[in-house]
Amino acid sequence: MAEPSILSVKGIETFYGAIQALHGVDLEVARGEIVTLIGANGAGKSTLLMTICGNPRARSGTIVLDGEDITALPTHQIVRRGVAQVPEGRRIFPRMSVFENLQMGAILADPANFKSDIDRVFAMFPRLAERRDQRGGTLSGGEQQMLAIGRALMSRPRLLLLDEPSLGLAPLIVRQIFESIGRIAREEGVTIFLVEQNAFHALRLADRAYVLANGRVRLSGSGKELLANQEVRAAYLEGGHA
Amino acid sequence: MAYFTQQLINAITLGAIYGLIAIGYTMVYGIIGMINFAHGEVFMIGAFISLIGFIICGSLGISSAPIAIVLVLLLAMSFSAVYGWAIERTAYRPLRGSFRLAPLISAIGVSIALQNYVQLAQGARPKPGGQIVSGGFNLFTADGFDVRVTWLQIIIVLVTIVLMAGFTWVIARTSLGRQQRACEQDMKMAALLGVNVDRTISLTFVLGAALAAVAGMLFLMYYGVIDFFIGFLAGIKAFTAAVLGGIGSLPGAMLGGLLIGLIEVFWAGYFSSEYKDVAAFAILVLVLIFRPSGLLGKPEIEKV
Repeated sequence: MAEPSILSVKGIETFYGAIQALHGVDLEVARGEIVTLIGANGAGKSTLLMTICGNPRARSGTIVLDGEDITALPTHQIVRRGVAQVPEGRRIFPRMSVFENLQMGAILADPANFKSDIDRVFAMFPRLAERRDQRGGTLSGGEQQMLAIGRALMSRPRLLLLDEPSLGLAPLIVRQIFESIGRIAREEGVTIFLVEQNAFHALRLADRAYVLANGRVRLSGSGKELLANQEVRAAYLEGGHA
Repeated sequence: MAYFTQQLINAITLGAIYGLIAIGYTMVYGIIGMINFAHGEVFMIGAFISLIGFIICGSLGISSAPIAIVLVLLLAMSFSAVYGWAIERTAYRPLRGSFRLAPLISAIGVSIALQNYVQLAQGARPKPGGQIVSGGFNLFTADGFDVRVTWLQIIIVLVTIVLMAGFTWVIARTSLGRQQRACEQDMKMAALLGVNVDRTISLTFVLGAALAAVAGMLFLMYYGVIDFFIGFLAGIKAFTAAVLGGIGSLPGAMLGGLLIGLIEVFWAGYFSSEYKDVAAFAILVLVLIFRPSGLLGKPEIEKV
């Protein structure tokens, strides 16, 4: 962690109505890192990502992006500061074409970059280029995931938040998606905060990792350390990996 | 045949007006999933602003009809847009996230308030508008019956086609339209991509109101007389048109408007003009029973 933090989360508590989902989460993501957050279903992983984006709003704690407190900002203001999210369930616009979905990703970007950005996305995911004019809702799960990642990249984010990109995908596609994520970090220099249930792939890819359980950070360390950790192995890695 | 053609011409004219109003219903429904029950009142206010506009044009000595029409059109659209914006801010936005019926009730409240406001400000008696465009030509004569097309009918249909084409283009091709559609399909995701959702919803009300104002102006020119209550019936018929075409669907609203115009005029022409409203609303009942998603409505099933 020689680099300064691009994202710093301190004491975040988030509620859904009366139910508390996050109980004071602290974590740091340094510039250029791949950081992963693993945890079981219902641990609060997606809630944390959405809280970073301002929906739902944190009830207490602070979220600092590149030195600026963004805790109280509305979602569209937060993402304007260089955060992009590939959300849970991908959330492709079903009645828009692949191309239009990518155009939506670029609404905050400089229009002058549009052509080169979309060419980069098509080079990374040639399948999307083939399906350019097809409606988003008719794509396969893997293609939708590629589109969701491509759409997020169109805004040229500094920080990319990914929520379970491997969910529901065939093993071969999962490997492909994780390879792309690694390339985005290395080649594009995008900082990545990755939430995963697929702990094996995520920990192998990540520089550092956190384990979230019941709305609290249980463990943290380098990807390798957690991959070797007995508790992590027992809870998240036993029974093989996809 | 001559009688039929004449009815057809009249029906298309009326259908154009309904279609313009129906767009506002369908767009607002598309984005927030609720019917704007104050929309008919915006149409009525558009008609009144047009009347005032024509009077101002007259007193300024603008005698050219095309110039007067364009000026009044812009005036009515911009003033009504403010009304549309205000309806969203007062009746809808404060109640977002509240139970579903709440904004409908507040919109009906706004509707009643606007009707009474116009009644107080302008009086309850019908207001004559005078004839701005007169004349026409005989298309053909058959069976001793002249089939006539008035210049006004041509203007109404042309204005409608131009506006609908322009509007369709904005929604389908511009970044603004894409943002509007994105909010319609997934508001949360649109916000995550940087769309200002509140502003987009406001804009939807504003655009719908501007089109309703145009319908109000055309209505004033066509019928020559308006009162504070015209928004109710025209609003419900345009709502029927939107449901018939498939609520949420833009081409559906245009098609529905045309069909309601056809049904109403042909019913009046061949059966009974007293029961023309009953015919239009019977269609609403039938559509809701047998095809609730309308003619061009989106299927509910989507692949996730």
